[in-house]
Formats: sequence, C-alpha cells, structure tokens
Amino acid sequence: MTATHNFGASPIRAASTADTFKAALYLASATLNAATTVYSATGEVSGTGYTAGGVTITNATAPTSTNASATAGVGYWTPSASIVYTTVTLTTSFDTVFIYNSTQSNKAVSVHTFTAQTITAGTFTLTMPSNTTTTALLRLATT
Amino acid sequence: MDDSLLVKQEGTVDNENELTVWTEYWLDGELVHRSAHVTLKQMPVFAGGDTASF
Repeated sequence: MTATHNFGASPIRAASTADTFKAALYLASATLNAATTVYSATGEVSGTGYTAGGVTITNATAPTSTNASATAGVGYWTPSASIVYTTVTLTTSFDTVFIYNSTQSNKAVSVHTFTAQTITAGTFTLTMPSNTTTTALLRLATT
Repeated sequence: MDDSLLVKQEGTVDNENELTVWTEYWLDGELVHRSAHVTLKQMPVFAGGDTASF
C-alpha cells in the first residue's frame, strides 16, 4: 500500500510523505466501473456547498499489514476520520463515493455505493468501518 | 422561526452493505432540511487497477 498509492510515510517509491486522497460523490445515474481509472467530473454531483472533486480524506493512519504465514497476509487501510460534506444541498440523488489519489494524477482507488440519497441544507457523512483485517475500508489479501 | 412548526422525519437503512440514518425537517409541506449519515460495511464495489499494486 505504499507503491503507486502511498497511504503511509515510508513508501517504496521516492516520496517521503503520504499522498493526498479525495472523495467525490456521483449521481445514481452515473457509471463507475472497472473502466474508471481516474477522477472525472462527468456524473459528479453538483449543488450548493459542494466543490467539484469532493473533499480531502483524513489520513493519519498508515496502512497495516499482518502475515498469517510466510506467503499469506492482509494489508489494510481505512481513512482515520469520517468523510463529511458539510452544509450542502444536493437535490439529484447520488449513491456512490469515488476515492482517488489527487497526488498521483487523480488515479482511482476505489468505488463504494450506498442507498441513493439527497441532501437539503444539511450534512452528508460517511462513517468509516473499523480499521481491522476483516473490516477495513480497503483490504488486500494473499493466501 | 418557530421550531414547533417543523415536522421531523427519520429513517434507517440497515443491510449488509451499509447502515444509513437520515433526518428530514418539513415546514408547511416543504422539505427544508435533509441530512444523511452512512456507515459503510462492505468492501469497495470496484478498486482501481493501481490499487491492486499497493
């Protein structure tokens, strides 16, 4: 988790600090799939209080890895705080958050979906799961 | 504004993918506030190709 996307401060590549990751919201009508490799404003929500590109993710906790054996283990990472869009009005339903690396040319990290929502003069909060081998937001396992 | 005029509605979605709690306030039949709080439970629908090279 410190190669292309560097979630921690001890990367394999030449950076000495973690990258900046962002979270953008997408309309229920948008299509994000395996062909989505970088951030795009197409299909992104728009409305009062929302800035295109979304918000910066709080990343105070570097990725963790555990080894079950010499060849098996799990690497995992979770943002260290909720992702919050404060005082926004988003009247067209949205159901997707797209996480991307704004340091590395906006390359895609992951796509997460939820029940379609609208927000009216309110706050949209995405609370992160516990950062463990079985519940972290991103988990990579080898067996 | 007299807060007593506001009508509050709340709802929850709880499934294997998420726990969502939403709150609405209505005034004279008009939605004046809606917030939502989503807790993600599942792995990503899709992780970019570069993610696989972490």
